[in-house]
Amino acid sequence: MEGNIAEMGQFIGAGLAAIGSGAAAIGVGHVAGNFLAGALRNPSAAAGQTATLFIGIAFAEALGIFSFLVALLLMFAV
Amino acid sequence: MASTTQEASHGAAEAAHGGGSSMPQLDFATFGNQIFWLAVALVVIYLILSRVALPRIAAVLAERQGTITNDIAAAEDLKAKAVEAENIYNKALADARAEAQRIAAETRAEIQAGLDEAIAQADVDIAAKAAESEKAIAEIKAGALDSITAVANDTAAEVVAALGGKADAKAIAAAVSDRMKG
Amino acid sequence: MGKIFFYVALALAVVSGLIFAPEHAGLQIHPMEQFVVQPLFGHGEISWYTPTNATLWLLLAVAAVFALMVMGSSRRAIVPSRGQSIAELAYGFVYKMVEDVAGKDAIKFFPYIMTLFMFIVMSNALGLLPQSFATTSHIAVTAVLAMLVFLTVTIVGFVKNGAGFLGLFWVSSAPLALRPILAIIELISYFVRPVSHSIRLGGNIMAGHAVLKVFAGFAGALGLFSFLPIFAITAVYALEVLVAFIQAYVFTILTCVYLKDALHPSH
Repeated sequence: MEGNIAEMGQFIGAGLAAIGSGAAAIGVGHVAGNFLAGALRNPSAAAGQTATLFIGIAFAEALGIFSFLVALLLMFAV
Repeated sequence: MASTTQEASHGAAEAAHGGGSSMPQLDFATFGNQIFWLAVALVVIYLILSRVALPRIAAVLAERQGTITNDIAAAEDLKAKAVEAENIYNKALADARAEAQRIAAETRAEIQAGLDEAIAQADVDIAAKAAESEKAIAEIKAGALDSITAVANDTAAEVVAALGGKADAKAIAAAVSDRMKG
Repeated sequence: MGKIFFYVALALAVVSGLIFAPEHAGLQIHPMEQFVVQPLFGHGEISWYTPTNATLWLLLAVAAVFALMVMGSSRRAIVPSRGQSIAELAYGFVYKMVEDVAGKDAIKFFPYIMTLFMFIVMSNALGLLPQSFATTSHIAVTAVLAMLVFLTVTIVGFVKNGAGFLGLFWVSSAPLALRPILAIIELISYFVRPVSHSIRLGGNIMAGHAVLKVFAGFAGALGLFSFLPIFAITAVYALEVLVAFIQAYVFTILTCVYLKDALHPSH
């Protein structure tokens, strides 16, 4: 097991940063699930709110992409 | 094993573009090139869309909308005409029906009047005939009574004479009329 | 008959897998190699005008937009053909989005937003072709797009509303004591917009392509069991087709939302 401590730190950090992607997945699921719950309660209002749904998903997803980016940066760019 | 392969892949990826940053997205040497060609692409797309494609599609959509609107208007027009024609037809029908009823009522009244007149005439005729008949009957009756009285007188006189009596005519007549009353 | 053929092919695959097993069966995955910008001709330095693979696919996106929007609608038919239907669908989709989200007075920005949408959706779709180059996976491209939107929104906001545009940061419905804090938060979120706007698009496309590449690497390494990653690649590819469209949609609709902020800052 040769190798240096810095590289190990990189890999561990990248793995930790990748957790953020899972957290974003939880967020996206939360948004979509709540939208569905609301849409089933009042289906007539659902069609007008799909744009809001996608904006919400996009905001939740962007933060996951940030953590993915941090992981990539640690893996390849540092 | 895993770490060595990862290292190998890491190294290979680095080797693929001459070391340094192995994320091509962060290879700042290519940024100018990409941004220049992106600007070219965006300007060309903008010109294509704003000069040619969007006005053309807008015109096609407007034309289609116009065609649809015209067709709908024409359809509305035809529908209005149809409704109007139906109203006229219904009115004509109602008029004809009223006219027919009027004619029927008139005819009925005419017939009724004729009938009444005929009945009245018949009544008058019948009454006249009846009166005439009654008079005739009364005459006949009176004639018959007279004849009977004469016959009775004669018969009574004959009977009296046959019996050997002698009766004067007056007494016999009185007796006969007395009996006939009774 | 088909079954027999299938089993024979499977047996051949197994035997050939055993005989021609790759020399280094270990994982050889270079998920980032597909994003390398190279000159189309030769191996020289990349200066600002060098035609590269990025250039090729950017111009192919332009050609695709031209083919769909201009050649597709060239017949101007009242009853549209398939190509014209798609062009009209794209037109109506973006037009309605601008009208509904940004408001009636944002219609004059419609060609600009349509340009962004068509470019992103075509680049994303072309990037999904095997052996192609995903131009929208590069921060350089998406950052320019996002900065264009950011500058447009900021300039339009100040030109339309003057200093009143700063009312966007002064939340008048909040309690007075909270307003300075909220103003700072709003200001930060305003300046983070281009960052998130660009990284959302670039990151999504990059992540999808990297995942595909990683699974493809598994398929190369697993030999006989490579059908498992191939199924996974198929599923991920379907997801990526969806993502390609949704990211273009999200980019466009966020542009509309920002534009609405610029036109009507007092929300």
